[in-house]
Amino acid sequence: MNKMLDWVDSRFPLMSLWNEHLAKYYAPKNFNFWYYFGSLALLMLVLQIVTGIFLTMNYKPDAELAFGSVEYIMRDVNYGWLIRYMHAVGASFFFVVVYLHMFRGLMYGSYRKPRELVWLIGMFIYVCLMAEAFLGYLLPWGQMSYWGAQVIISLFGAIPYVGEDLALWIRGDYVIADATLNRFFAFHVILVPLILLVLVVLHIMALHEVGSNNPDGVEIKKNKDPKTGIPVDGIPFHPYYSVKDIVGVTVFLMLFAGVIFYAPELGGYFIEANNFFPADPLKTPEHIAPLWYFTPFYAILRAIPDKLMGVIAMVAAIGILFALPWLDRSPVKSIRYKGWIYKLALTLFIISFFGLCYLGMVGPTPIKTLFAQIFSAIYFAFFLLMPIYSKLDKTKPVPERVTD
Amino acid sequence: MTDNVVEDNSRRRFLVAATSVVGAVGAGFVAVPFLTSFSPSAKAQAAGAPIEVDISKIKEGQRLTVEWRGKPIWIVKRSEQNLQELSSLNNKLRDPHSEVISQQPDYAKNAGRSIKPEYLVLIGICTHLGCSPSYVEADNPAGNDIDPDWKGGFFCPCHGSKFDLAGRVYQSVPAPTNLVVPPYTYLSDTRLLIGATA
Repeated sequence: MNKMLDWVDSRFPLMSLWNEHLAKYYAPKNFNFWYYFGSLALLMLVLQIVTGIFLTMNYKPDAELAFGSVEYIMRDVNYGWLIRYMHAVGASFFFVVVYLHMFRGLMYGSYRKPRELVWLIGMFIYVCLMAEAFLGYLLPWGQMSYWGAQVIISLFGAIPYVGEDLALWIRGDYVIADATLNRFFAFHVILVPLILLVLVVLHIMALHEVGSNNPDGVEIKKNKDPKTGIPVDGIPFHPYYSVKDIVGVTVFLMLFAGVIFYAPELGGYFIEANNFFPADPLKTPEHIAPLWYFTPFYAILRAIPDKLMGVIAMVAAIGILFALPWLDRSPVKSIRYKGWIYKLALTLFIISFFGLCYLGMVGPTPIKTLFAQIFSAIYFAFFLLMPIYSKLDKTKPVPERVTD
Repeated sequence: MTDNVVEDNSRRRFLVAATSVVGAVGAGFVAVPFLTSFSPSAKAQAAGAPIEVDISKIKEGQRLTVEWRGKPIWIVKRSEQNLQELSSLNNKLRDPHSEVISQQPDYAKNAGRSIKPEYLVLIGICTHLGCSPSYVEADNPAGNDIDPDWKGGFFCPCHGSKFDLAGRVYQSVPAPTNLVVPPYTYLSDTRLLIGATA
């Protein structure tokens, strides 16, 4: 065994990779519940790729056959229903995990120096994930697939001068058609997953270069054991956190399996009722809304009664997250040592985000539009005013070492 | 011996720059076929040929929906009263006189946005984000929720845009422009050709 390892090691940096990223990667010893979601996101990526590969074996990316082939998977392919529900429910769970992962970063200031690139690469992953979810949603070729794609591609039409031609180029036809389905399939199964995989590797490489943040926002690398050079507050990722994460995975998979087996559509939140009708280009469903993970941004789009401005606001709502590392001017990283202003701002932000998430799901009425406008204003204010209030905020002293 | 050599990198720099430029131009040319392959194919373009529609069976107030280029085309027969009410809505509309030229052919830039006043021909796609609005007649109780003084028209369920019976957009809704009138012509009193101008 050891001989074989030596043979490989003299030809490939196996042991050094293992040590650098697992056995001798020192993570802060005070990780809490919120630190499960990074590894869970990785698990979801693997699960989506595996179930996706199996779905492609029976799915037909053809406007005439797509809807039928999905029904075929659901009814006739052995355990096809299970594989498809794992994939469809998996998409929603992936977003649950990613949103919690991002919220962790927001709470503990994990985007602050020196982790700006970790955050930026993470944001690119998030955008790719949104693209992947959107592309995949067209493939079952149901009513919501069709009209959802119609609405989103029409967003490009709002760009002055080139917009309409760009939308035509993306669709490859005058409306969403077979050509669109085919290219979305290619993007969904090849292009975007490849980019995602590369970005995930970059995300982890950047993280392991600077080291993990922790709930105290204390840099453990500043306090190393003079003899060994190991951070005194650090513990090796493997076996300490690899074992901890297995517990998280177990609990997570129980929840995941519960939804797959007992409520795979989750009352229309994970798979919408209208998507059980085949796409009909002549009839828009009475009520169309994207799946829950897009609705906050969709609500912002609808809140503004102007096509171009609405699209700009929606794009800006995602874009502004990229700037987060440079908006926060607080002397401390973690919410534990921030003052009441930041805590209030974050609370309002969470309320707005959930409010927008709800408003994007329901039909527009004047009073709901007003609320969407208020929540959108708070959403943007949280970021745009951050350079001011994060400076004014009265912070508490940060300890030298992490706390237990 | 090497002590006397004066380093001159200008030749190397020139060669690197020239190679890069030629390489970039080549990459640009190679990209063209790939990018162009995304545009509508010859088959998709051919499917955009004009269609003939028989309008003799449409009753007043009725709407007929046909498909052209994969899009819904509406043909609505308007009553005398509908036509008279159109001008009363002008101050509620964004573009009452069809000033935005891209939204209709020249021959439909008139009060009813049509060739023959009673027959309205529209592409049934909302100019906001491409949903297909619903047809809500004046006597439909749902009209009251849309506008207290609803005279009939179209309502987009996606984002709440409103249009009158000439496809003209109301103010303060997300849709920026009137619904599009496609090119069309009368082959006879009861036959329409949609997709081509006379």
